[in-house]
Formats: sequence, structure tokens, C-alpha cells
Amino acid sequence: MDLTLKVWRQDGPQDAGRFETYSAESISEDMSFLEMLDVVNERLVEEGTEPIAFDSDCREGICGTCGLMIDGQAHGPQRATATCQLHMRSYRDGDEITIEPWRAAAFPIMKDLVVDRSPFDRIVEAGGFITAPTGSAPDANLIPVPKEDSDLAFEAAACIGCGACVAACPNGAAQLFTAAKLAHLNLLPQGQPERYQRTEAMVDEMESYFGSCTNHGECQAACPKDISIDFIALLNRDYGKAKFSGRRKRAD
Amino acid sequence: MSTTQQPPRHGTQAVPPVQPPRKRTPLWVVDLYGSAIGKKYVMAVTGLVFMGYVLSHMIGNLKLYVGASELNFYGEWLREIGYPALPHSGLLWLLRIVLLASLVLHVHASWSLTRMNRRARPQRYQSRRDYIAADFAGRTMRWTGIIVLAFIAFHLADLTFGTANPSFEPGDVYGNVVASFSRWPVALLYVVANAALGFHLYHGAWSLFQTMGWNNRRFNHWRRYFAVAFALIVAVGNVSFPIAVVFGIVS
Repeated sequence: MDLTLKVWRQDGPQDAGRFETYSAESISEDMSFLEMLDVVNERLVEEGTEPIAFDSDCREGICGTCGLMIDGQAHGPQRATATCQLHMRSYRDGDEITIEPWRAAAFPIMKDLVVDRSPFDRIVEAGGFITAPTGSAPDANLIPVPKEDSDLAFEAAACIGCGACVAACPNGAAQLFTAAKLAHLNLLPQGQPERYQRTEAMVDEMESYFGSCTNHGECQAACPKDISIDFIALLNRDYGKAKFSGRRKRAD
Repeated sequence: MSTTQQPPRHGTQAVPPVQPPRKRTPLWVVDLYGSAIGKKYVMAVTGLVFMGYVLSHMIGNLKLYVGASELNFYGEWLREIGYPALPHSGLLWLLRIVLLASLVLHVHASWSLTRMNRRARPQRYQSRRDYIAADFAGRTMRWTGIIVLAFIAFHLADLTFGTANPSFEPGDVYGNVVASFSRWPVALLYVVANAALGFHLYHGAWSLFQTMGWNNRRFNHWRRYFAVAFALIVAVGNVSFPIAVVFGIVS
């Protein structure tokens, strides 16, 4: 199939950026979206033009490195799918596709479609871990965990940190990411001792970079791992509890 | 968790915080309000206050269909609730103070959160967004909120102070309502404002469950039904009054 691409090109963080139009010819419907971009880039290199910069790594939907705003939707039109798992069979010959980078003040554009998502690392650094040294792996089933809880924690732990929630949110909020990172620890016994200090620390870090949640549910619709906004309600509940009962113990 | 050392950062400079630093206060309620989530809690709680108010306001006004003496007596009773344990108009003023305080908080929180959200995405998407989940009601909250706020000001001037109602008679609730709605532009304004209120209530009544953390997978689908039913009942009830007057059902 032959396609027309409108791609955001930006030479560097300070550049104003603009859309440029490229044609993508003889694209197979079995190609992934990123492979289609690879084909376009090969031609650009042959022509002596700077190829389109975009992020990708595993290309099997589990690393969270790729992420493009495709026709106004984070990760494109297919639900619960990362950009690398979106295949060209979702498109028809002659389609025009507009590709933009994630846009948020906390995700500055480095080049073309590549953004810096390091504020997500700041949120995890603020408390997205268990501080106790764990030593060697404990015996399985040493700590009983109800099946429902482990399933729910696993749903949250599926977050790959791609940033689609922020990109899709009309407010540029990172609630779904933070809620998922909190829930996969806060729902399990190992996460209980630091539950409320973790919630407060991570939410406060999040709020220094991102917008606020207005419950549109756009993040859940964009999430390649189909993570539910139910976890955002859990985040709200835990944050309120943390403040109400003053359970945060200051270590310093 | 504050003891953790920040690992060295590689590559380019770290992304600086986007939002201005927060002032910390020891008083937990004030500290909670300093956070965006706290402001959302305040919006949800004050929203609940308004929901209780608009619903009882609408139900009380249904006496318009019973007759002049009934509605006027109801209006008088509102001033006498709790008398003599409470002074004349005591409870009424208490409610007015609660409503006014809620309004100030609700508006302040939304103003401050809107500014926060603008800072979070200073450069908009340059191509058209294709929203999947965000509905009309949710995306127009700010506008329906402003319409309702302006409407409250007019509504008070019209039927409480009487300054926007040339034939205003203190105590004659029925006569004032009929006189006001007999002016068709005013009746139209009430219809439009209450439609806006309906959309605002729909998103608010659903959203507050998420904000308050009232989430349970067994009951989650009921939250939408509740929001639709609540918004419809209030909006349809309120819209019926000016329409009833305009079409001469109530005169």
C-alpha cells in the first residue's frame, strides 16, 4: 500500500518544529508501524536526508520505549496496543497518517518524535520500591497473598511506563502511571509497611511535573497495557488516608 | 523514602520540575488542599453539597405545580425551620453560608487546577486530537461551570433580591416566578443554564466517585447510571418550570 505521512520534525529541544510530508510506498500490511517508519527512513538516508528520529527498543510491546501520537491518538487507533505492535493492516492504501511526539511540559522533545520521559523515573525514585534489603529470593508462598489481590497487583504491574497516559490526558496528568506503580506495591503484603509514605512521596513528586486528573478516562483508553482507572481511585484513597492520619514518618 | 540517594543521571540535563514548589504546612487539611488531589477532594465534597442543594431546590420548587399558597407557604417555612430552637431564618442563613463557602472553594480549586493543567502542557498538539473516552460533558466542565456561575448571579438578582425582576414582591414566590418566566428571554436563559447545569452535574456526579476513591468493581457500572439519572432528574425538573410558565400551564 502507498501512504502519505505528515511527520513532526524538530531538529532539537530548542527548535520550533514543523510538520513535513513524506510518502511511504509499497508498504506491506504485515509490517509494524515502526517497520513502516524504518522503510521511510531507509529511503530518506539514501536521498541524503536526515532520517526521522523515533524511540523503540524491544518491538514486542513490553518495554515501553516506543510511543507516538498517531492521528490524534496515543499509540494509534488499535486499543491496548503499543506503537510497535500496531500493524499496517489497520490502514488502507492511500491513507494519510499524522504522527506527532508526546506533548507535555515534563516530556521535552529531544528530536523529531523522541521525548525525554525521565520525570517518570523521578516518580519511581520517590518511592516506587521496597526499601528493605531482600537478600536471596524467599520461598514461594512464604507470604500468603489472596489470588484476587495478586491478580489486581499484576494488572497494575503490567505498566511499561511508555507515557501514553500523559500524552492522551487532556490535562497532561500522570495519574495512571503513578497509580499503577503505587498499586502493584500497595496491594501486596510486601508493600504495606511503606504504603502511605510511598503514596505521599510519589504523588508529591508527580504533582511537581504533571497536570491534575479530571477523570476523563482518556489514559485508560490509550494504555497499551489496558490498565484501569480503578487504580487512580485507589491512589486518591491512599493519598487522602496518608494525609488524614499523618501516617508518613519522616526519615530525616 | 527521603533517605534514598539520587542516582547519577546520564545523558542530557535532568528535566526541571514543571510546577512551582509547594509550601508545606503541618495542618493536614491545609496541606492536603495544597496538593492537586486534595483540591479534587474539595471539589468532590463541595460538589456533593451542591448536588444535595440543587436536588432539594428542584424538589421544593415542584410545589409550583400545586399552587400559589402551597409554594409561598413552603417559602415561608424555609425561614422558620427549627424555630424557636433556631432564630428566624437561622437554618437558611447557615445553609447560605455553607453554600457560599463551598462555591468559593469549588471555584478556587478549579481555577488553580486549570492553571496547573495549562502549565503541564504549554504546547498543544499541533494536529487534531481524536478523543476516545473524554466526553462532551467532561471536556466542557469549565464552560458549563462558568455558565452556571453567571446564572447563579442572575438567578439571585431575579428571584432572591428582585433587582432583575420589575414586578418583584417579597414573599410572593409564586407570583415572582410567574412574572419572571413570562419574559421569554428569561425563560430561555433558565432553560439554557439548566442544560449546562445538567452536563456539569453528569460529569461531576460520576467523577466524584473516582476522586473520593469510591471504587469497587462490583458497583462501578452503577456510578454512570447514577450520574445520568441524577443530572437528568435535576435538569428536567428545573427546565420544566420556565416551560410550564411560557406555555401557560402555570399562570
